[in-house]
Amino acid sequence: MTVTLSFFATCLGDTVFPNIPIHSVQLLERLGCVVRYNPKQTCCAQPLVNSGFQEKAKQSMITLMGALLEDECQYIVAPSGSCVLQVREYPELFHDDPRWAAPARQLAERTFELSDFIVNILGVTDVGARLSGKGAYHPSCHLTRLLGVIEPPRILLENVKGLEIVPFEGQDRCCGFGGSFAVKLGPLSGAMVTEKVDNLVAAKIDYLIGADAGCLMNIEGRIRREGHAIKVMHLADVLMSG
Amino acid sequence: MSIKTSNTPLYDRLEKKLCDIGMRSSISRAQDLLNARRNSAFEELGHYEEWRENAASIRSHVLDNLDYYLNQFITQAEKSGAHVLFADTAEEATGHALTILKKIGAKKAVKSKSMVTEEVGLNEVLEAASINVVETDLAEYILQTDDHDKPSHIVVPAVHKNRDNIQQIFAEKKGYTGDNVPENITRFVRNLIRKEFLTADVGITGCNFGVAETGTVTLVTNEGNGRFVTTAPKTQIVFMGIERLVPTFEELDIVFSMLIRSAVGAKLTSYLSFITGPKNKKDKDGPEELYIILVDNGRSHILESDFKDVLRCLRCGTCMLECPAYRHICGHGYGTLYPGPLGLALVPVLAGYREYGEVTKICSLCSGCNDVCPVKIPLYESILNHRRIIAEEKHLIGKSETFAMDVYGRIIGSSSLFSLGTRFARFINLLPKVGPLQEWCKERELPQIPSERFRDWYKKNRSSSNRGENK
Repeated sequence: MTVTLSFFATCLGDTVFPNIPIHSVQLLERLGCVVRYNPKQTCCAQPLVNSGFQEKAKQSMITLMGALLEDECQYIVAPSGSCVLQVREYPELFHDDPRWAAPARQLAERTFELSDFIVNILGVTDVGARLSGKGAYHPSCHLTRLLGVIEPPRILLENVKGLEIVPFEGQDRCCGFGGSFAVKLGPLSGAMVTEKVDNLVAAKIDYLIGADAGCLMNIEGRIRREGHAIKVMHLADVLMSG
Repeated sequence: MSIKTSNTPLYDRLEKKLCDIGMRSSISRAQDLLNARRNSAFEELGHYEEWRENAASIRSHVLDNLDYYLNQFITQAEKSGAHVLFADTAEEATGHALTILKKIGAKKAVKSKSMVTEEVGLNEVLEAASINVVETDLAEYILQTDDHDKPSHIVVPAVHKNRDNIQQIFAEKKGYTGDNVPENITRFVRNLIRKEFLTADVGITGCNFGVAETGTVTLVTNEGNGRFVTTAPKTQIVFMGIERLVPTFEELDIVFSMLIRSAVGAKLTSYLSFITGPKNKKDKDGPEELYIILVDNGRSHILESDFKDVLRCLRCGTCMLECPAYRHICGHGYGTLYPGPLGLALVPVLAGYREYGEVTKICSLCSGCNDVCPVKIPLYESILNHRRIIAEEKHLIGKSETFAMDVYGRIIGSSSLFSLGTRFARFINLLPKVGPLQEWCKERELPQIPSERFRDWYKKNRSSSNRGENK
């Protein structure tokens, strides 16, 4: 059975880190999926919601619902825990909206984070990737705590040939990104990411791997500021290696 | 002290705290130690989620029937001989205390640690009336001795100080000549405080939980000072928030099991005090008069709001210990008596959005607090909801941010504007580093954005097989 899915690139993936959605699409295709992409899609509106502007966010949620549901695929997949979490919250935000309550529910039910989809829907745990060296996995907060996707990224990484995944101090602690938090309280957010990077450096790793572009942008920005040789990679980048 | 603990603007306050390397290392060490203890205490207990569910439902049940349990508590407490007073506001609460102290001509009061007395600003009121107020909890005593430094945590208020700081404070203020060994400093303080207990006219305490069925006031302490405060002076005044009730001792057992493990990672504290009425004829110790002041101070308003769940709080402080932002700024960074995730969820609705709404910014929305709250308060959701109220109901966000959000909302609300706008994202590095970009660049580099977006790649490489692209 071929799975046809609609791909949600996320605004950060589309614009800032196109390697993430490109590798995600290539990976999903390699696993036998037919991947559709609707260019009418925009952003999940999380930056607005997290700043308190829920009403201002609704138009973009409606635009996104229209785009992602248009192709009528059984699944919608995004390479970001945070954006999937936001989409899963649409039913609550639209529960008393006669026009959009049903599509919001439909979208939330169909949308999966990439690793969750690969492991739990496709039933694949080894994608045949190879990457040599030592890596650490940053379990981003929204993916891990709120979406509850804990094991899938770890399982997929464990099966990457040549890659040794090591734990590090303060692994489960927030990197300090928090979306608008990082640009509203820069120094505090900076103190948080600095501690994260200190711990990564102490772990003597070659790669820092995560499943959320926002957190990776934050950690990578700090690593570059300090001039360390750690390469920051999205899970999709790792799974398409080798 | 009241809710506000600092007049310094938020941003300056944070910068100042971030420069305090000593404090930050004390806090991170305390967080790591206490969190590890908490986790192992709950691991030993087992069935963590069921315990949390149970404790949460007990607290919710009390809040749903608060009038009933308050009534029962008051009736039983009065039956046992206590005087129960009700205070709508902080002023009324401190006014009641002042009246009692004046009536008996009190000159000295000893206190055990109590957040609600801090909330209503009791010490300031008593000191203004020339009553000598002595904090007897070691940490509170340290702060009081250090020119009334502010608590940085609700359970371990001097957690921002290390042994060297404390040695120095007592050397300067009290003539301590010993070393920095905690046991030696404690022995020194114990001798000082003991004299205060024996000469105090009044003992003032908080109340961890009141037991409605029996009208009992309970106190959880480790140092024994609480027991002394409630037995030596002839008069005792108890301050308690109106929501701090459990139906019977059976529920108290569950609530305490969660409170103590969450607060200090232990099964039990050294002292649990249960006080039912003043001393009776058979008792050797205990106050002759017992007053209980029930403090509302905004709580009944919270009960009617979207934030009722926040009143379940056990005041264990574990959300602060888990919080990655608190880790770097301690309670002082918040400028509010209740800091950390609890503070963000509670203070705006307790004391007003206009003055305290801004504190809700101090959160990266990691939701770590939700996972450790022993009564499952939806802290993350409450903080988000406060931000929504601040932005869209109270309109307390500045014009430039509201405008920027409006523009952003319009761009992402339109497929064509988004597609057009993202073409220019790669020029972000050419923009002047002001506002949000300046904030970002303070501690990290901006990403290097490639010229080809995903949608461009897709069009070039995949679009022929995709019907979505043709629409």
